[in-house]
Amino acid sequence: MAETAAPKTSRVTNLSLRTSPAALLKEAFEAGSLRGTVELSEITFLTMVGIRVGRDTEAGQRIASVTGGLPATCGAVSGTGDTSVLWLGPEEFLVVAPMEAHESLGGDLIQALREALADGEGQVVDLSANRTTFELAGPRSRAVLEKGCSLDLHPREFKAGTALSTEIGNIPVVLWKTGDESYRIFPRASFAEFLGRWLLDAMREYASPEVP
Amino acid sequence: MLLISCPNCGPRDETEFHYGGQAHVAYPENPNQLNDREWAEYLFYRDNTKGTFAERWVHSTGCRQWFNILRDTVSYDIKAVYPMGALRPDTTPAAPEGAAK
Repeated sequence: MAETAAPKTSRVTNLSLRTSPAALLKEAFEAGSLRGTVELSEITFLTMVGIRVGRDTEAGQRIASVTGGLPATCGAVSGTGDTSVLWLGPEEFLVVAPMEAHESLGGDLIQALREALADGEGQVVDLSANRTTFELAGPRSRAVLEKGCSLDLHPREFKAGTALSTEIGNIPVVLWKTGDESYRIFPRASFAEFLGRWLLDAMREYASPEVP
Repeated sequence: MLLISCPNCGPRDETEFHYGGQAHVAYPENPNQLNDREWAEYLFYRDNTKGTFAERWVHSTGCRQWFNILRDTVSYDIKAVYPMGALRPDTTPAAPEGAAK
């Protein structure tokens, strides 16, 4: 009979074997980043939780007390500390928290959300492996995104602290503006390599002197 | 490319949406009593309107919600965006051929 039991390795060993979706682009991201102009990196293994619940229901209010509020409108982001909640739909939210919040590292965020939902109508799903996170920062980051995103990214319209789901280079992503010149991009894992290469290509022109 | 105003997210490119066909096609009250022809007409037969047409769209890349649109199939002009389950808004005052109806 085949051995079906999980190998008895320590938690540390297991985690060191993890490969992030864009791990093979790590060197390319470092080589393609231009210090002070536009820099691209992958933030690996953030804890993400998909929540579907009505904001006005009792379960929604219980979940809001765990996450520090649920955003009400398109683009809004709420949260407390290092836990953020992104608006994906009228009854759909994405919680983004540091890697340490995941239960595999001893965190209790997902369990707390499950307990807050209890038997209320809705769902709490661990989506940490669904998407990876790219961080694009620098004065040219908006110009890079504008090559493949049809949203109005001008700071007049797209303010720091908002997140929108949209397409970049025809890849569906959640685009979160974390600062005046920094963005977090959440592509699904299977699109990460393509989008990473697409962004590197879009960044390349800024390595050469500007053509007058 | 159409610029469609999602009721939740505001104006977005057409590529973020998917089309859901004609709106307001009611499910038959007694589907078991329909004959094959009536059932086929419910499933497959749709209006082919020239002019204002009520249709369903879903904002699949954004908020993933369905909604209805009144769109002119000749000019592609979007005349109204309204929620699922709502009645088709009356656009006759705006249409010059309203008297012919």
